[in-house]
Amino acid sequence: MRKNLIGTLAVSAALMAAGFVHAQEIKSIKIGTAAAKTGPGAGGAGVTHWPNVKLWVAQVNKGGGILLKSAGNKRVPVELIEYDDRSSNDDAVKAIERLATQDKADFIIAPWGTGANLATAPVFAKYGYPQIAVTSVTDKGPELAKRWPNSFWLLGGGQHMAGSLVDLLKKMNAEGKIGKKVAMVHVADGYGLDMVAGARPALKAAGFDVVYDKSYPLGTQDLSPIVNEIKGLGPDAFIAFSYPPDTFGFTEQSKIAGFNPKVFYVGVGGAFPVYRNKFTAATIEGVMGTGGWDVASPKIQDYIKAHKEANNGGEPDAWASSVQYAALEMLQQAIERVGSLDRAAVTKELGSGEFDTVIGKLKLKGNVRENPWAVGQWQGGSFYGLAPTNLPGAHAPVLKPAWK
Amino acid sequence: MIFPMQRREVIAVVASTAALALLAGLPLADDGFWLALAISIASYVAMATAWALFSGPTNYVSLATAAFFGSGAYVVSALAETAPWPVVLVAAALVGALLALATGLATLRLSGVYFVIFSFGLAELIRQLVTYYQTQVTGSVGRYIFVTISASEIYWQLLGLCAIALFTGWAIQRSRLGFALRVIGDDETVAAHSGIDTARVKVLLFCISGALIALVGAVMAPRFTYIEPQIAYNPMVSFQVVIMALLGGSKRLWGPLVGVIPFVLLHEWIAGRFPNHTHLLLGMVFLLVVYFVPQGVSGWLEKAWRRIRGESA
Repeated sequence: MRKNLIGTLAVSAALMAAGFVHAQEIKSIKIGTAAAKTGPGAGGAGVTHWPNVKLWVAQVNKGGGILLKSAGNKRVPVELIEYDDRSSNDDAVKAIERLATQDKADFIIAPWGTGANLATAPVFAKYGYPQIAVTSVTDKGPELAKRWPNSFWLLGGGQHMAGSLVDLLKKMNAEGKIGKKVAMVHVADGYGLDMVAGARPALKAAGFDVVYDKSYPLGTQDLSPIVNEIKGLGPDAFIAFSYPPDTFGFTEQSKIAGFNPKVFYVGVGGAFPVYRNKFTAATIEGVMGTGGWDVASPKIQDYIKAHKEANNGGEPDAWASSVQYAALEMLQQAIERVGSLDRAAVTKELGSGEFDTVIGKLKLKGNVRENPWAVGQWQGGSFYGLAPTNLPGAHAPVLKPAWK
Repeated sequence: MIFPMQRREVIAVVASTAALALLAGLPLADDGFWLALAISIASYVAMATAWALFSGPTNYVSLATAAFFGSGAYVVSALAETAPWPVVLVAAALVGALLALATGLATLRLSGVYFVIFSFGLAELIRQLVTYYQTQVTGSVGRYIFVTISASEIYWQLLGLCAIALFTGWAIQRSRLGFALRVIGDDETVAAHSGIDTARVKVLLFCISGALIALVGAVMAPRFTYIEPQIAYNPMVSFQVVIMALLGGSKRLWGPLVGVIPFVLLHEWIAGRFPNHTHLLLGMVFLLVVYFVPQGVSGWLEKAWRRIRGESA
């Protein structure tokens, strides 16, 4: 009996010691990330990727870390391992391999950009890491998710975004706010082509009269001939699927030419705070752009405040920034629900669970975020989400007033 | 071969074959980060050696590497899902050679800085042409490459290309073509007066070099999964190849090899340790290298070798 007791004590002491040692083992959760810090992608990654990663790590660690049941139900701080992929996809692949096999990261944040996400997807799949891709606009989300079941695609594609824009125009037309004449221009590059491919059939189906539909090469400096020609056609709606430099250019030229259609829509960059800061809130009143969020929600307001504090006053953009942050929140919640660093279980939870994030309740379907924001509008210096019109917090559009 | 091989050459062939066999076993040891690093090194060794085949003896600094590399990658995106892989590779090599032929005929009469500028413009020109074709005809810039070729298979193909590039260089050196090239490199006017058709020799070399670089692009393409002109025609590739080849020394066939390996390892080491200051530190290292090893790694190694032999003899 006594012998038995001692034996039991010894066994339980050993078990406790093992548990103790195990709990002590996890001093930090290693989160890896590789995105552009230099090269052509550095500007974009510097807006949507790095500031949000930085903010998230700071926020999580301020709260003590990520709660892990496997670590004795304690909060474990996050340790960030970061690399520069130099805007090269070969380097991105190398960096993810390095994070997975050399640094033995517990989780890896998806890289910035469509190309880098697709190039590294096989590596994420090979080592069984979940890949929550945000900054890659692709219509192939469902197909990619089938190919790599550990990948998640959060920003939507051109089909959906252009379709939402046309739905909004249709609604405004039905309400008698605008006529049927649309002028459309797009940059001859990935984003412009995807968007126009979605917009053309949707405009046709909705019975719009497209009076102008042309492209311009990437990097076109002088946009005044396009603006002047379109002004002469007198459209009700002007749609430019443009990149940031051209978004600024179209705005500038239209103001100079006094081209003031009822709907003035610009592409990437229209939702950037720097766009408002350059032209002033009064000038861009009523301008629509790609992106959107429920800016009035307390969560987004808190997020904007925290983002500014963590990034020397830098404001997040109103399109991908909050989604990137939400992706990181998803990861944290999935890890906490699973209660350990079991990547397969976390991946499963990401695909099936519902998450409470800055952009609201988020539940993926077939690893893709359904119905993301597509169109927003500057109203009183803030960028409000307009379409899809059935999203919570969607604002009603206003007709563009004269340029100020 | 036309000439009997010297004893030194036999040793070199046996040694490099053994080294190649040893390197080919790498994926068995590690198929993660080290294999990824080896792929980087092998692709740059193949490109820098191919670059030096032309630019070394002729002293024509070409910045057109990205044009060939990107075109090879695009051939894969166009054919990989319909044609068998060897056919794709042959097509890529042909496209590279034809591109070199067309541009070579037009431009190799240029010399010095004019050629450098033109070759740089070529990559940009091709990129714009591909973009124009895609926007006007196919209606989409990005292309997905869904072929199942593993990292190990890419690595083996790249090793094969390295071997082909080195062997081609060796064969050229001991042929009439190689002799003609050396004369052109020393003095083009003298070469022309001695009856060498300088333009033809240069174009031929440019074609061989272009075909090899296009092949590297084709082999690397499945690794990208998705390409668009900005990714395929990345000008950094052109610059890095020149820097690596010059670091190694372009006058020796094995010069680029000893330039690429330390360059990639150093780049990787700095990038891993100092992710926010990579380019700053790399730039400083270059300054030191240019100052202390002006004749390239191969020149430095040869000097060291001579000193050792001189002392022991």
